[in-house]
Amino acid sequence: MTAYLITGANICGADRPADLLLYDGWLADPAEAPADAVRVDGTGLIALPGLVDLHTHLREPGREDAETIESGSRAAAMGGFTAVHAMANTDPVADTAGVVEQVWHLGQSAGYCDVRPVGAVTVGLHGERLAELGAMADSDAQVRVFSDDGVCVSDAVIMRRALEYVKAFDGVIAQHAQEPRLTEGAQMNESAMSGVLGMRGWPAVAEEAVIARDCLLAGHVGSRLHVCHVSTEGSVELIRWAKSKGWGVTAEVTPHHLLLTDELVATYDPIYKVNPPLRTKADVEALRAGLADGTIDCVATDHAPHPTEDKECEWAAAAMGMLGLETALSVVQLTMVDTGLLDWAAVADRMSVRPARIGRVGDHGQPIEVGAPANLVLYDPAATRVVEPTTLQSLSRNTPYRGMDLPGSVVATFLRGRATVLDGQLQ
Amino acid sequence: MKHHLLSSADLNREDAVLVLDTAAELLSLADRPIKKLPTLRGRTVVNLFFEDSTRTRISFEAAAKRLSADVINFSAKGSSVSKGESLKDTALTLEAMGADAVVIRHGSSGAPHRLANSGWVRSSVVNAGDGTHEHPTQALLDAFTMRKHLGDLDGRRVTIVGDVLHSRVARSNALLLSTLGAEVTLVAPPTLLPVGVDTWPVQTSYDLDSALDKCDAVMMLRVQAERMNAAFFPSAREYSRRYGLDDRRFRRLPEHAIVMHPGPMNRGMEISADVADSARSVIVEQVTNGVAVRMAVLYLLLSGADLSRTDLPELDSTKAEVVS
Repeated sequence: MTAYLITGANICGADRPADLLLYDGWLADPAEAPADAVRVDGTGLIALPGLVDLHTHLREPGREDAETIESGSRAAAMGGFTAVHAMANTDPVADTAGVVEQVWHLGQSAGYCDVRPVGAVTVGLHGERLAELGAMADSDAQVRVFSDDGVCVSDAVIMRRALEYVKAFDGVIAQHAQEPRLTEGAQMNESAMSGVLGMRGWPAVAEEAVIARDCLLAGHVGSRLHVCHVSTEGSVELIRWAKSKGWGVTAEVTPHHLLLTDELVATYDPIYKVNPPLRTKADVEALRAGLADGTIDCVATDHAPHPTEDKECEWAAAAMGMLGLETALSVVQLTMVDTGLLDWAAVADRMSVRPARIGRVGDHGQPIEVGAPANLVLYDPAATRVVEPTTLQSLSRNTPYRGMDLPGSVVATFLRGRATVLDGQLQ
Repeated sequence: MKHHLLSSADLNREDAVLVLDTAAELLSLADRPIKKLPTLRGRTVVNLFFEDSTRTRISFEAAAKRLSADVINFSAKGSSVSKGESLKDTALTLEAMGADAVVIRHGSSGAPHRLANSGWVRSSVVNAGDGTHEHPTQALLDAFTMRKHLGDLDGRRVTIVGDVLHSRVARSNALLLSTLGAEVTLVAPPTLLPVGVDTWPVQTSYDLDSALDKCDAVMMLRVQAERMNAAFFPSAREYSRRYGLDDRRFRRLPEHAIVMHPGPMNRGMEISADVADSARSVIVEQVTNGVAVRMAVLYLLLSGADLSRTDLPELDSTKAEVVS
């Protein structure tokens, strides 16, 4: 196995450049670098632990025209990720040990990152009967995160039982918080904008009401709740309150909710159609503050590929969702680092350490030190690039950042000591 | 004026007045035995209707034909659209046929914006009603009708009553009438006013009676009785009692005030039959004016006239020609 000697990199943004040796899958003492080690000039680069994404849609099985596990994990590697969680809303739904094992093995054979399947909470995502959560937990895939993402587990009894049941194997329920009756036919954030544009609104209360209920349930049964894609100011307040109670509540925010607002919907371009919808500037600011103070634990992409024809149409007919894997770190730099809200050590915490801990992903999100698994990303914060959809690794093109100048670029990604990306090129 | 007419917000005051003045000149045509002008001869106007709306379609069709344009009616029903053809492919087909203007009616808010701004077509796009968003030519014909009866709209009070939340007519009228200087009051039960209506250039009220005394025009919006199934109001009867324009409320209107309705009416629901048929109802006249206003819009968009200029060619009868 090729050894890599990275010279003069800034580990998690530390002032003093240091060398790193990646040897046989582990971080080793640079002084013991073998003569044939490949040298990587880390000058000016930031070394972060390999990023961990709690929320992606890789579309396989079922929608291989939009993304496959291979193409999605290539996109992940280009974005600096070494582990991603693949949501269960595939076709068939990942609600059995068979499907999650297939996803896990496809990820391993692709080899660009660890693809951790998320198991469905209920059979077929129908919200009626619990899926065989224990079988998925005990399978080769060792599922720990369960979610009906795409739809909300809206039945309070089912949600309570799911929270209780997964305690047996240290699982977590990742809730897509969306009160279904309040969001029937919803097209965009309910706001002054939806009134002017004549679109059915998706009110903040539909998210917040479910989060409030679920936090109370998690506190009541003493289990772990993870709130997916938090998008409103009120949600941040509720989660802050739940954490102050000492309950096992964690939360994620997407890069797009940290940057984009519902004013973009005035273009009627469905590239901006996403669920939960883009919210207001006040929400964006509250989400940034929540991520900065740790109320929101992590950034998760909600990478949601869709084929061109599902976006090249009128708004109401378009699919919800946007790409995220290959732009996430740049958007976090733009919104959190360049604004002074987070330093790079905190970025490592929000994009690697904490998501790995929430997902119980053992060998990811570890400190960069001798003896740790060599999962690593080298990032150049001084670079800039214009986002061009056709150059992305994803099979789909639905990035909302098309044509935007974004800061930073991933120079190299290492998965257990093997380069998946080197010199900015997929290996 | 811009290349397209997608929203009343596309019209500044000068543009709007120009459309209305042009429509006034064109309306005089309707009184002549020969109703046709050669202005748009050789131009093609496509009526692209994804929703049934015979009234609006024939109004645009009559307008285009009186300007001698070739008219193609493309109805989504029974066409390739109902077999799953996308808006994009339909648009590319129309572009390939050489459409100069596309008049689009669509059930999805923003579909005309998509058509106009996606690069699929070069033609001018006219919004003939999109979802619950806007219907700018309806607002123009309403403003035209008001001007005929009330003169300059500056400072005039217009009360619009009913299902504002789902009404494209209300949105377009609120924007256009305030551009023209009128004071607009929207009256509806709180459930049928959109979130954020406080940011619109209008007053709002939940009480119809208090909004009638001083108004110069009252416009009743169509209310679908099915809305009560989604709990927007308890029953058709209760809606009618609180927000219908009945004979009692009609008598409270000032002498000169006019009664309007974009049609089709629910007689007995938002408006009583006697009020609809009264001498102060201008509902039928609205239809007549619709043709003239749509002629003005097509004329100004397609003849390449810059709406910021006022040097219109004369529309005297000697230029009207006989076309069989």
